[in-house]
Amino acid sequence: MSGVGTVEVGDLRSPRQRSRTGPRGRRRARTGTVCLALALTAVAAAVFALGSGDYHIAATDVIKALTGGGDAGDRLVVRELRLPRVATALAAGAALALAGAISQSMVRNPLGSPDMLGFTQGASTGALVVVVVAGGGSAALAGGAVVGGAAAGILIFALARHGGMHGNRLVMVGIGVTAILTGVNSYLLTKAQLTDAARAMLWLTGSLDGRGWNDAAPVLVGLALATPAAALGLSRSLRMLELGDDAAHALGVRTAGTRILALTCTVLLSALAAAAAGPVAFVALTAPQLARRLTRAPGPNLLPSALLGSALLVVSDWLAQHAVPGRQVPAGVVTGLFGGCYLIWLLAVGQDRRRT
Amino acid sequence: MTTTDGPRPATAAPSRLAAHGVTLAYDHRVVAEELTIAIPDNSFTVIIGPNGCGKSTLLRALARLLRPAAGSVLLDGAAIASLPTRQVARTVGLLPQSPTAPDGITVAELVACGRHPHQGLLRRWSEADERATAEAMAATGVAALAERAVDELSGGQRQRVWAAMALAQETPLLLLDEPTTYLDIAHQVEFLDLCARLHEEQGRTLVAVLHDLNQAARYADHLIVLHEGEVAAAGPPGEVVTAELVTEVFGLPCVIIECPETGGPLIVPRARDRIGGSDRLPVGVRLPVGVQSSAV
Repeated sequence: MSGVGTVEVGDLRSPRQRSRTGPRGRRRARTGTVCLALALTAVAAAVFALGSGDYHIAATDVIKALTGGGDAGDRLVVRELRLPRVATALAAGAALALAGAISQSMVRNPLGSPDMLGFTQGASTGALVVVVVAGGGSAALAGGAVVGGAAAGILIFALARHGGMHGNRLVMVGIGVTAILTGVNSYLLTKAQLTDAARAMLWLTGSLDGRGWNDAAPVLVGLALATPAAALGLSRSLRMLELGDDAAHALGVRTAGTRILALTCTVLLSALAAAAAGPVAFVALTAPQLARRLTRAPGPNLLPSALLGSALLVVSDWLAQHAVPGRQVPAGVVTGLFGGCYLIWLLAVGQDRRRT
Repeated sequence: MTTTDGPRPATAAPSRLAAHGVTLAYDHRVVAEELTIAIPDNSFTVIIGPNGCGKSTLLRALARLLRPAAGSVLLDGAAIASLPTRQVARTVGLLPQSPTAPDGITVAELVACGRHPHQGLLRRWSEADERATAEAMAATGVAALAERAVDELSGGQRQRVWAAMALAQETPLLLLDEPTTYLDIAHQVEFLDLCARLHEEQGRTLVAVLHDLNQAARYADHLIVLHEGEVAAAGPPGEVVTAELVTEVFGLPCVIIECPETGGPLIVPRARDRIGGSDRLPVGVRLPVGVQSSAV
């Protein structure tokens, strides 16, 4: 899509401006505009979601309540009851999308997202073990998800490491581990008590129902840690790594170190997101691809992906609550439907492109 | 010069990049043992040899993509493995055999990637970067393509863009791993002419792995001939390329004539019926469909 068949506007910058920003300057301008638009979309969706429900609040009153003014009742509903859920959606969406953008860039494959590489399945196994064996509460379940995700990450890393940890090898090992863990998860569900199994199934689908600040806090902290690391330490190296390992190495990139940092960020972010909202399907897979289409820029597109992920999960969660009147569905159902349609569309468009 | 036994002494010519007694191996399969070579400064060195002789492996070791199992690759006298990655990347550039261009990246953006080792967290795009990329694109004749997407270009154009990226890196040494493999004959000559011009005009040391003996003899001023993991010969093509060497190393009976264009050695394989032996197909052998018997 990017660039192909589109009319490019000529470079309107003066030579002096151009020399300051380099050939990526014009890209940056477009990426900046896209980021701003996506951030506004996410905020607007969040305000809209905070205002809607059995007790409707107008957007202006929502903003007043958020900034500390307005009616005391509105403040209670917006800040205490609805904000934790929306904040969790914003943070988990951003974390999933960021993890997807990093891992897809690293393995140079649009399918190389954490849900395909097995990290998310690992988080599910960890959570299920907690539910079935220990019977813990939601905090223990989230902890289990983080431990499970990290363990799967280390296992996949150890298996793929031998032979240079190349992109395709990682995907193949990830698919293998995912298959094994899916079997383990099914077994664990059959062993669970009926009520535990129902609770586990809801979590496995990916739901934001009844999320409080204690659910949002870990993923917010994870984002705060991983975002600067990714933006400063990874973004440039990943862009070089997309030229192939040999070329990146010749350009002075520490390829192995970059991979380890990228994998750590991916595992951390996807496990924390799963701990907060469950293994929400397809956000990590689709958000970076959509962001790439919007910015039309090569490279990992980390910031636009994260913002798009936030907006995507808030909108999906709102649809999950309000699309069918009187029936709430988990947000993971909406993102699953959306992601599936997107994949089919991608295949159709891809074939059209090949034919032309 | 003929086959030498054991490590060769370092050549007298000054050399910034050399391999000293290196053993090259993938996992536990040894490709070359105790290999010692030196790349003369400001030379256009071509490494050549039959398939599986270890020539690409040697280039990978020189580019520090492969760590030798024993011995060391020396850059300015220091073991290349011990030098900081960024410092090596400012001295030795590489055009890999099959690089991948990310979807939608433009020519100017790809060439700008060559500036990566000169940039840092705080030091981003500078006047020097702008000048280096502009010069690299001008030297390779891709300036007019600057805003085009790399994946829209032809194979020959794309190879010149990658060369521009490697040039923008502004390294005194540039390694090329089979740079002509995916090009047709006209683009092969065009690309090697470009390399020869860069070598002459900018005085860079070029090291290329090539498949074609005649192209190697035509463009190199220093040939390194590898045979079964050992240096069979090294030196100027006029001295190195002999009928005996080609017969021994490549198993190809040939005559060497003077190239009418360059005056250098030109390898002409012997005609089959002049070598003696079975020049006719045995009775009853069927040719594959579509092959004319006159073409065999």
